[in-house]
Amino acid sequence: MSTTAAAPPSRRPLPRVLGRLGGYSQVATTVVLLAIMLAVGAGLYQNFTSPQALVDLLGKNAFLIPLAIGMTFVILSGGIDLSVGAVMALGSVIAATLLQQGWSAPAVIVAVLLSGTVLGTLVGTVISKFEIQPFIATLAAMFLARGLCLVITDRSITIKDALFRKVNLAHFNLFEAQVTNIRGRTRTVDVYTTPSVLIALGLVVVAFLVLHYTRFGRTVYAVGGSEPSASLMGLAVDRTKVMVYAISGFCAGLSGLLFSFYTASGDPVAGIGYELNAIAAVVIGGTLLSGGAGYVFGSVLGVLTLGTIYAYKEFDGNLNTGWTRILIGVLVLFFIVLQRVIASRRWAR
Amino acid sequence: MSKLTSQRLLWPVAVLVALLVANLLANHSFLSITIQDGNLFGPLIDILRRAAPIVLVALGMSLVIATRGIDLSVGAVAAISGSWASMHIVSSSDRTSVGVVLVAVAVALVMAVVAGLFNGFLVSVVGVQPIVATLVLMTAGRGLAQVITNEKILYPDNAPGYKLIGGGYLIGVPFSILVAGAIFALTAALTRRTALGTLIESVGINPEASRLSGIRATRIILVVYVFSGFCAGLAGLMLTSNSTSADPNSIGLFIELDAILAVVIGGTALTGGRFSLWGTLIGAFIIETMNSFVVIAISPRSTDVFKAAVVVVVCLLQSPKARRWFGGLVRRPARRRTPPPTAPPASPDGTPPAGQPVPVPALDRATTQDLEARTS
Repeated sequence: MSTTAAAPPSRRPLPRVLGRLGGYSQVATTVVLLAIMLAVGAGLYQNFTSPQALVDLLGKNAFLIPLAIGMTFVILSGGIDLSVGAVMALGSVIAATLLQQGWSAPAVIVAVLLSGTVLGTLVGTVISKFEIQPFIATLAAMFLARGLCLVITDRSITIKDALFRKVNLAHFNLFEAQVTNIRGRTRTVDVYTTPSVLIALGLVVVAFLVLHYTRFGRTVYAVGGSEPSASLMGLAVDRTKVMVYAISGFCAGLSGLLFSFYTASGDPVAGIGYELNAIAAVVIGGTLLSGGAGYVFGSVLGVLTLGTIYAYKEFDGNLNTGWTRILIGVLVLFFIVLQRVIASRRWAR
Repeated sequence: MSKLTSQRLLWPVAVLVALLVANLLANHSFLSITIQDGNLFGPLIDILRRAAPIVLVALGMSLVIATRGIDLSVGAVAAISGSWASMHIVSSSDRTSVGVVLVAVAVALVMAVVAGLFNGFLVSVVGVQPIVATLVLMTAGRGLAQVITNEKILYPDNAPGYKLIGGGYLIGVPFSILVAGAIFALTAALTRRTALGTLIESVGINPEASRLSGIRATRIILVVYVFSGFCAGLAGLMLTSNSTSADPNSIGLFIELDAILAVVIGGTALTGGRFSLWGTLIGAFIIETMNSFVVIAISPRSTDVFKAAVVVVVCLLQSPKARRWFGGLVRRPARRRTPPPTAPPASPDGTPPAGQPVPVPALDRATTQDLEARTS
């Protein structure tokens, strides 16, 4: 990221870390925004904020959460990863193909996670060792992953494996809730969630612990804050950079698995443009795009915000899909301008 | 043409020639150009015609990258302009009228320029990183195109005037090649025959120093994004006109990546500060020639894998560290040779590397890095 950032002429250097206040205030903004969007949805459409619909905000976008978390690590370290959507598709295609060839489900899961991690490690090595801009290195990885998908198969492969099917259909009942349907009749239903959501939330917890309670996590922030300083402090900058891309690759592989659980298929053209969604979720979640400040939790809120925008479209069939994209763009714009405002205000102080 | 033989363009040209030879081996009539009804036909002409939109977008991208920026929104801007022009033609009462087509083209280009202005404003005035600023329009722009066409695929195919832009011929040559050639010549003249090119490069090397030395850096950054938007809009018109359909989801999809690739292959580093229009032109041709080779000789499905390989190889060739790593394999002078750290500060500019014009006194590498670190 650092290399593609043009400094506008009259701008004073950005303070490296906005500090805790800046970060939290942005996450708070996201919470408020999400609440407003849910309230607007509830005003427009019946049952928009019914318990099941709220739980489904996570359920329908569970595979986006690992992507956003991997992207959070990369962006915190001051990089960017454009390959996540393609690696996700590659994960789902590898899973479907190997299952078709009679591999056992656990072996397939390991293979998918491993291939994502290996690809990420390779990208990270190229970036740190040869000083190639993350943007272009991950772009190459995106072409490579998407190309491999298409070389393996040019059509979607259905998954018939028992374990994958089981995960696909499994539900966990959370609690009972009263729901009023369109005819005004009220009944009690079970609110349920899926294993994918639990896996995604588990990953969130792990990511939070890693970022805040391990030496590696603090180094990620340090590298994103200022690479030269981190280097002078004797931190393992190169190794950290390799690891964040490896983590992003692992997360993209996991996301491919969740995607194949969700759709019971491996699709070579799945996830086109998901890298943008992941970046948007991270930005909306208040993570500074130049690195060094942000929270995993914010990215989860970002995914929920995107989920709410998609829910508008689901609840209103006549809504032009274009508006969801425009709305995402407007939100991203709002947050980056907000980041600039907070940055300049803190600088002035 | 003397620039073509300079060392910087040696590798891209060599790759292009190799690809042309590979194409010739795969298809023996590759170089044949025939004249039918007074118009030129042949595989080479096809490559040129398909490369025209990429050349246009890559020209704008070169200038943006030279200012140390990037424009991810070009594909979306192409979609906006192509969709709007198609929509205007399809919904007009007389599709054959020249006036309708002219209005469609003019308004579409104005929209593209406004989009460029929006990007430029965010980058130069608000001070948002280019990759993020243009990401906004990359996401929202395609949405706008969908709203314009009402999520329909449009077919402005029976408007002969519109067909001319991407698929028509003028004096025997495909019109799109002429347009791309004209814009290329104009850009080359404006940037290399005037001081504009040097100013753009100096802004890319050090915006702050440029401003202090009296260059209106804000305005220059604004101008390059507007130009990039304009080129993208023109490319969008070409793409929709040539395919006789306009699907807001697929017009110019991934053209930003092809354009960035063309620029990088052409030897313009993403770190900004210099650009080579000839390199960009050759880069765009390399991409199309490679596509044509992979489609003929291997399979259309593996084009992406080949693209990935080319990106990796070109980037490794350009990276000084990688070259040192593979030591001796590739012997080329480093692009920005850094003076040794012990060099006396009295001559910070050092001597420019041989065979390469340095427009502005080259900055000490340490200063540049420091600046990058501070401003990112």
